[in-house]
Amino acid sequence: MNVTLTTRAKRVPARLRPAARVSLTPYLLVGPAVALLLLFGILPILVAAIVSLTDLDIGGLGHPETIRFIGLENYQTLFADPDFWGSLANTAFFVLIGVPTIVGLSLLIAIGLNHSQSRFFRALRSFYFLPAITAIVAVSLIWGYLYNSQFGLLNYVLGVIGLGPVPWLSDPLVAKFSVAGVAIWRATGLNIIIFLAALQAVPKEYREAAAIDGATAWRTTISIVIPLLRFAILFVTVTTLISWMQFFDEPFVLLKWPANETMSASLYIYFQGFRFNEFGFASAASLVLLAIILVVTAVNLKVRRVNDD
Amino acid sequence: MTSGRRRTVIFGGLLGLGALITSFPFIWMVTTSLKPLSESRAYPPTIVPTTISFDSYVRLFTELDFARYLLNTVIVVAIGFGGMLLVAMAGYGFAKFRFPGRNAMFLLVLATMMIPVQVTMIPTYLILNSVGLTNTLLGVALPTLVGGFGLFLTRQFMTTIPDEMLEAARLDGAGEWRILRSIVLPMSQPILAVLGVLTFITGWNSFLWPLVIATDSDNYTLSVGLSLLNKQLTVSPPLQMAGASLMVIPILIVFVILQRHIVQGFALSGLK
Repeated sequence: MNVTLTTRAKRVPARLRPAARVSLTPYLLVGPAVALLLLFGILPILVAAIVSLTDLDIGGLGHPETIRFIGLENYQTLFADPDFWGSLANTAFFVLIGVPTIVGLSLLIAIGLNHSQSRFFRALRSFYFLPAITAIVAVSLIWGYLYNSQFGLLNYVLGVIGLGPVPWLSDPLVAKFSVAGVAIWRATGLNIIIFLAALQAVPKEYREAAAIDGATAWRTTISIVIPLLRFAILFVTVTTLISWMQFFDEPFVLLKWPANETMSASLYIYFQGFRFNEFGFASAASLVLLAIILVVTAVNLKVRRVNDD
Repeated sequence: MTSGRRRTVIFGGLLGLGALITSFPFIWMVTTSLKPLSESRAYPPTIVPTTISFDSYVRLFTELDFARYLLNTVIVVAIGFGGMLLVAMAGYGFAKFRFPGRNAMFLLVLATMMIPVQVTMIPTYLILNSVGLTNTLLGVALPTLVGGFGLFLTRQFMTTIPDEMLEAARLDGAGEWRILRSIVLPMSQPILAVLGVLTFITGWNSFLWPLVIATDSDNYTLSVGLSLLNKQLTVSPPLQMAGASLMVIPILIVFVILQRHIVQGFALSGLK
């Protein structure tokens, strides 16, 4: 292979040589990473597609010969299961609460933090990033104590200012908001950093020109800075949307056994797969969720593009 | 005071308050970890401990197996840093070469960001099971070794490296590996800082996957070990908070050191 490449390189004009020489190099560069993504990203989907057509459970793992091919039965059972539809509705609820709040809050805080480049403002960044770097298990322990209805700090503070205790995690409906709150708290940090980075790329001249024209700082932010952040806002919206459609960690660690009100689609899949060991059924549910995520993301990108034009 | 000055003070005050509220759970975590057991159970809860005790931290390493979990977590993170090299290589390949299949492969990279972990978990378990990697630290680290998000950012960043520099090096007879090592990687420091922090966070905090795949307590990571503290019969809040602090503080140190590079890295990767 190398030999043929070298001889050919000798004949072609010098300016074309790199193009001829690199023919194998890019594949060597991207190969290992792409191979791993194929192996742990794409291949599992194919495996899941096959498993979803079988009745594979924990017994089938040890005795592959007992696995039966049952066609679309898992999908039929799934679509007939009101708990699955309920989990999808809950996921929609979490997305509608979480995504706008996170995008808005992160943008607001980032604009505030970008107001000054002083040491104080720089130091504040780390505080806002703290929740994003915290292990979910640590989050569950800390918030588990804060939310505790008997001796938790939050209810103590409410008591001091004369309000009654709130059943933060024990009442399923309140718990819905409690777990969403922790997830919002945890997700803002990384997005603040992304917005901060985008804000620093806004040319100073634009702000100065606006100031000379007599625009207030508020007006400049609304009419000049935010439109320039369009791509960052799209990026944050889409990544947040994708991760909230997979909403899992917070209810998983904060609630011992989620009630119907707090069962997200991802939790539903996990419980079917790893608590009830119905691997075939869970695979079918997971593929339906993946299809929903792909459609919603594609629609979202399409709508943005139309709006931009 | 000018109006600009006044605004800075107001913003600073509000943001300071927000930062205090955001970080309060951590302050509480650290102070609780330093309380003796009796005080941690006091009601009303105290925020600043009256007596400081490091007993809980000592217990983590003497009575419990946290030294083992810590070592395992460090190994998982180290394997993750190996993956960073693969991401940097691929980022360079996607950013600076034109080749058949490039766009299709990059689309594939982006698509992997959308796949819920619940879809891949069962099949990945089956795949790793078939090659005997379940219940190993390599099996814990392997599925997240390369991430679509990090690869996307790296590629975006590396497209900003001037082609002229690479061409000049090629004319001087440098091979592509040499160019990667001596030009591309040094010029990509900000994005490598971002990748480094993301890799560290992923490996250090990984919980669900080790929980599924590490059946033997010898292979538990810190997260799994910490979650076990919640299942013990006699729950000790200071012990749990000491474990939680042990998990949070190293990442905080890494972040504070690399903070400036991280913002710069995101900024230069074209996210505007």
